[in-house]
Amino acid sequence: MSTSETTIAKSSYRLSGHTVKRLYNFSIPLGTAIALLLIWQLGVRIFNVPIYIAPAPSDVADIFYREFPLLMRNFWPTFMESVAGFFIGNLTAVLIAIAFVHSRLVERAFFPIAVFINTIPILAIAPILVLIFGPGMTAKVVIAALICFFPTLVNMVRGLQSVSPQALELARILSASKSEVFWKIRLPSSLPFMFSALKIASTTCVIGAIVGEWIGANVGLGALIIESTFNFRAPLLYATVFISSGLSVLLFVSVTIAEKLIIRW
Amino acid sequence: MNAVDKSLTQEQESRIIAASISEASVKFGTLTALRDISLEIDSGDFYTILGPSGCGKSTLLRLVSDLVPPASGSVKIFGKSTEAARLAREFAFVFQDSTLLPWRNALKNVELPLEIGRKRNIKLPTGDRTPHELLELVGLKGREDALPHELSGGMRQRVAIARALVCQPKLLLMDEPFGALDEMTRDHLNLQLLDIWKETGTTILFVTHSIPEAIFLGQKVLMLKANPGRVKDVINIDLPMPRKIALREDPSFNNYCSQLRKLLEDC
Ligand SMILES: Nc1ncnc2c1ncn2[C@@H]1O[C@H](COP(=O)(O)OP(=O)(O)OP(=O)(O)O)[C@@H](O)[C@H]1O
Ligand SMILES: [Mg+2]
Repeated sequence: MSTSETTIAKSSYRLSGHTVKRLYNFSIPLGTAIALLLIWQLGVRIFNVPIYIAPAPSDVADIFYREFPLLMRNFWPTFMESVAGFFIGNLTAVLIAIAFVHSRLVERAFFPIAVFINTIPILAIAPILVLIFGPGMTAKVVIAALICFFPTLVNMVRGLQSVSPQALELARILSASKSEVFWKIRLPSSLPFMFSALKIASTTCVIGAIVGEWIGANVGLGALIIESTFNFRAPLLYATVFISSGLSVLLFVSVTIAEKLIIRW
Repeated sequence: MNAVDKSLTQEQESRIIAASISEASVKFGTLTALRDISLEIDSGDFYTILGPSGCGKSTLLRLVSDLVPPASGSVKIFGKSTEAARLAREFAFVFQDSTLLPWRNALKNVELPLEIGRKRNIKLPTGDRTPHELLELVGLKGREDALPHELSGGMRQRVAIARALVCQPKLLLMDEPFGALDEMTRDHLNLQLLDIWKETGTTILFVTHSIPEAIFLGQKVLMLKANPGRVKDVINIDLPMPRKIALREDPSFNNYCSQLRKLLEDC
């Protein structure tokens, strides 16, 4: 029996190489997920759990299909707020990081403030921002931007300072100006740091937008979550949560693809 | 004035000093890294620099290349201040690790010195070799598009050498450029470096930890001693000049080795 096993193993190795291994890597988590969904479905059915407490996957799938236009209507505002917040928050963070690296004075003046803002829980500051900016999209964009800001700032400062002393000596021997050092050495060497920050931001900006919508909005995934909770529409709530996480994944994957294309070293 | 005198003065006039260091000291805070170094390096010479670890070999190259200022004394490169020489790209530096920019391919790394200063209209000495030809010269034809992480350590170091040569430096400073390489690669690069030296006629200051390497490459070995760093001796290596690997087996080569080893032990 052991011989036959080794034969199988050998032949699969010979055939396989990459594809089989990837299929294998992919099929294990997929299989587990399907198994868990099945257990969930059976559990809900066997124990007769009321639908407003915990819907079965089939109920969620059903509502997903029937309420798809509603879900999409609420998806787009959240998508826009998240993406706008992502760009504004990260751009601000990158520009401020550049200012910090160029001037010690600016860093001394503003870094403590940045740390302070970061210590305020986003849930606590969100109502303030909604009061300031009103119930429209602006407040949500600002909250999403704010939540992206700090991790990117810290990573970007580290990235811009990550240049090796030898590279700087090389620049000096070539009599490079400050702006040449920045464009040709500092900025490119900070890119890996920037992308790891952007990956964090790609998921947190969605959280920011949804938290903003909880506090005051009549459209958006956050608003839909609140609404379906209060109306005991559990399947819709689950479907909305599913879409929210889909949005995060979408943004994360986009950033990852951009990273793969840009950073080849 | 007779003929002999005349030719003597002519020879003196035509003698070009690549680097002239007079009574130069370097201090780091209270630590004196180099004290009263006086040295004249003729244009076209190949100097290797030996000395115990921490004696100031790197500091000497950094002094010459305007990376550290002298605390006293002066350094002149082809009659200019080190700063003027740096701005005119009279010298180039090859570091122990290649210091290539990882996001630039081999060719782009070699082109870097040509890009820097171009916008500010710094007049760059343009070599008679293009970056392509330099990569060919160091034996990397066909690998122009490779990123540094796709190259071996020895290849990266060759890219760094090509980059150093792109502005046709009259003085090439090399700080243990082959220190991290295996013996075979090192031998190979030593021969390549000698070829480049012969072809370009540049002056080379080459720091190394290896006594055989110092003898194999150098016309002169500059021996430093430590605490504080001073010149211990300059040893002429009278070995025939297109040097071959077989020279290593030569008794005269081994004599130099033991002579230098003794000197180094006294440091
Ligand atoms: N930037 C610096 N700041 C303070 N001290 C320094 C600095 N650079 C070098 N030194 C000191 O100067 C002395 C000479 O250092 P250097 O690097 O020139 O030695 P080295 O001969 O190149 O040594 P090695 O063979 O190990 O490379 C050492 O004592 C070192 O600690
Ligand atoms: Mg050194």
